[in-house]
Amino acid sequence: MSTEEKASAEDRAAAAEGSATSSTAAQGLTIVARTQGQLVRRRFLRHRAAMISLTILVLVILLAYTSIGFAGIPGWWIWNYYTPAKVVNKGAPTLSLWPTFLGGEGFAIGVHPFGQDDLGRDYFALTMRGAQISIMIAFVVGIVSTVIGVTIGALSGYYRGWVESGLMRFTDVMITIPILVIAAVLGQRFGGAGPIVLAVVIGLVVWTGLARIIRGEFLSLREKEFVEAARALGAKPKRIIFRHILPNTVGVITVAATLAIASAILLESALSYLGFGVRAPDTSLGLLVSTYQNAFTTRPWLFWWPGLFIITIALTVNFIGDGLRDAFDPRQNRVRA
Amino acid sequence: MAPFILRRLFISFFVLLGATFIVYVLVANAGDPRSALVESADPGKATKIASMTRNLSLDVPVIPRYFAWLGGALGCLIGKCDLGNTSTGASVISGLSVAVGATLRLVVFALLIAVVVGVSVGIVTALRQYSGLDYSVTFLAFLFFSLPVFWIAVLMKQFLAIKFNDWLRAPTIPPWAILVLAVFLGLLAAGVVGGNRRRRLAAFAGAGIAVALILIYLSVTDWFAEPGIRPAIMIVMSAITAVLSTALFAGFRSRTVLYATMVTAAVGVICYFTLDSILADPTVLLILGLLVVALLVSAAIGAAMGGLYRSQAIKACMLTGFGCAGLVFAAQLLAAVPAYSAKVNGVVIATIGATTPNFSGNFWETTLDQLGHLILPTIAIVLISIASYTRYTRSSMLEVMNADYIRTARAKGLTERTVIVRHGFRNALIPITTLVAIDVGGLIGGAIVTETVFGWSGMGKYFNDALKIPDPNAVMGFFLITGTAIVLFNMIADIAYGFLDPRIRLS
Repeated sequence: MSTEEKASAEDRAAAAEGSATSSTAAQGLTIVARTQGQLVRRRFLRHRAAMISLTILVLVILLAYTSIGFAGIPGWWIWNYYTPAKVVNKGAPTLSLWPTFLGGEGFAIGVHPFGQDDLGRDYFALTMRGAQISIMIAFVVGIVSTVIGVTIGALSGYYRGWVESGLMRFTDVMITIPILVIAAVLGQRFGGAGPIVLAVVIGLVVWTGLARIIRGEFLSLREKEFVEAARALGAKPKRIIFRHILPNTVGVITVAATLAIASAILLESALSYLGFGVRAPDTSLGLLVSTYQNAFTTRPWLFWWPGLFIITIALTVNFIGDGLRDAFDPRQNRVRA
Repeated sequence: MAPFILRRLFISFFVLLGATFIVYVLVANAGDPRSALVESADPGKATKIASMTRNLSLDVPVIPRYFAWLGGALGCLIGKCDLGNTSTGASVISGLSVAVGATLRLVVFALLIAVVVGVSVGIVTALRQYSGLDYSVTFLAFLFFSLPVFWIAVLMKQFLAIKFNDWLRAPTIPPWAILVLAVFLGLLAAGVVGGNRRRRLAAFAGAGIAVALILIYLSVTDWFAEPGIRPAIMIVMSAITAVLSTALFAGFRSRTVLYATMVTAAVGVICYFTLDSILADPTVLLILGLLVVALLVSAAIGAAMGGLYRSQAIKACMLTGFGCAGLVFAAQLLAAVPAYSAKVNGVVIATIGATTPNFSGNFWETTLDQLGHLILPTIAIVLISIASYTRYTRSSMLEVMNADYIRTARAKGLTERTVIVRHGFRNALIPITTLVAIDVGGLIGGAIVTETVFGWSGMGKYFNDALKIPDPNAVMGFFLITGTAIVLFNMIADIAYGFLDPRIRLS
């Protein structure tokens, strides 16, 4: 039984006692005992910026994946992202949000809400495709880098000795090579192989920071009494790592993974911008910005939409990460807006 | 300390060695640099392919080629550097030395601004925790953190350069802009000052009215058409500099420091009126020499007049002297703007490159030319890196201000200024030093995306171009410099931490 579970059992008992004395609630004196998990969840749910961000992010993901469909499943949007069509009105966007009583054209989506590109492809569909690819890459990067980072950090932090020095020197080597360098070299080689391969490659590069953090956590946790107790009871290293230490690092891992996702969005867009990332005919938000940056003066919508989606996704993920950090921080008593 | 440094150097050397091997093999396998030539219809392509093969030793297998390269690179340790040739036959070392210079010019400036602004903003938000200002800055920090550089760069080119240059042809500030700016800066001032409602209202009104008056003055006098620091502005600004430096280093409890800085500012104003002939067309060396003289004179004034507060007075006077020297410099620079603007057809803020091609002019005009090209990429780098400085400083400052020794300092009756500056700020800076050192190491590699967007021929562009070919020798030259810088500055960060915080033992 890990400390967390022990604590939660005790808290349940205390909560039962607490409900017995609920008559004092009128004076505002009841103290409701909560488990660690409940506390964290409560703090996160009360973090206004994080909750707003989470809502927006879920909406964006839903919009991106249901509108034009994904992996062969058709979506509800009439256009697709690859068929050229006749360019209407120089491809200007038909979306209008300005209400009529303020002198606008009223709320209307129109045929091509985000406009059309130079080939007449529907730009909403194209942007959604870019968002799909970027979001998918970001999550794959987050998962791959977290798995590698946690494994390397846990092994070096728990076993110490030559395992630690070997793994940490390897981490140093990876840190010395700037992320963009190695991702670009590998992207150059594997970029043509599709976005998933690219995502795995980026994930293989960006785990270094996480590995260092997890190692630090393990170094301090392995000296704690409950680990010593487990060892005295004859627990094997595997059990100690997975049942006793790892659950205590969940907070750190969650936060780091979230922030890794946010930086992966930006890294992917930078790589695609430089031409080392996603390649045509597939597309990503970074590639769209890169393709149409020179169209800014003539057809600004080709530039605005993908950029706004990159910012929205990165910003919301960053805020969620911040909310998680506050939620997992035991010193955090005051709930921030 | 020495054994620690030696061991770190020893390990770092092997880390770097391993990294060069990985990068070399990766780049060598990233593609064939000759593929573009093979597909071309150029009649002389056979000789070109042959010369490229010779330049890059492409007829040698990868592993022996790496060791041949390593042999040349290790020669750098004994002063015989040989990093090979690029695919076109140019020497890697000469190409790199140009690129490093360009990158340093871009990065040093940007990093300085980012650190100063980021740290100050971080401290203010920490002192006004959970205020409207804190939330706004937090939001902005996250926003900047989430901005793709290439996207914001295009926007800046459009609105800060092209539109601004157009506006400069008829520089009147419209009333709505004055109103918006006044309200915004008023709110900012109210947020920084904090305190009760009356105090904030007073700050809002004071700052708002001041900003509005200044803007109206600038607009009415056509200041932007013929910018300059007029005598009245100079006197007011140097007085403000004196007051601010006094507030930062000593406070106003004793007047001696204020008098000393005021004398320094007066000397600065005298210099402003008398130095015109010397500063007509100076050299960089003269400017630096004058700066040193200014600092020495300020220190002397501080030492002579400081009395009991000598050390604070010296620091405050030196800051004042530095500020006044900057004002005199800016005055000369701004006076050259109309002539410069005429020479470059009104393109004062450039969108691409490091200098206007074929531009010639005196010292002030060439400086303006370089600054005009620096502005946009600098803002881009500052925007991106300022966010992390703000956040780190804020959390570090919050942690320090909740420490017991701060309560002790308050309890023994120190002024809030002393508590914040001498007890809080200095300790909050320790983790920031590490961050700055690591950032310097990373930035020498150049901001790859920023340099590409702004056509800045620095390290980032060198690497990007080399990787497109892909040219192993050029990429390795880039990596050797950036990798060494990262390793060295990481080590400096550790040593600095141990030096600044005696609780940390290096072993």
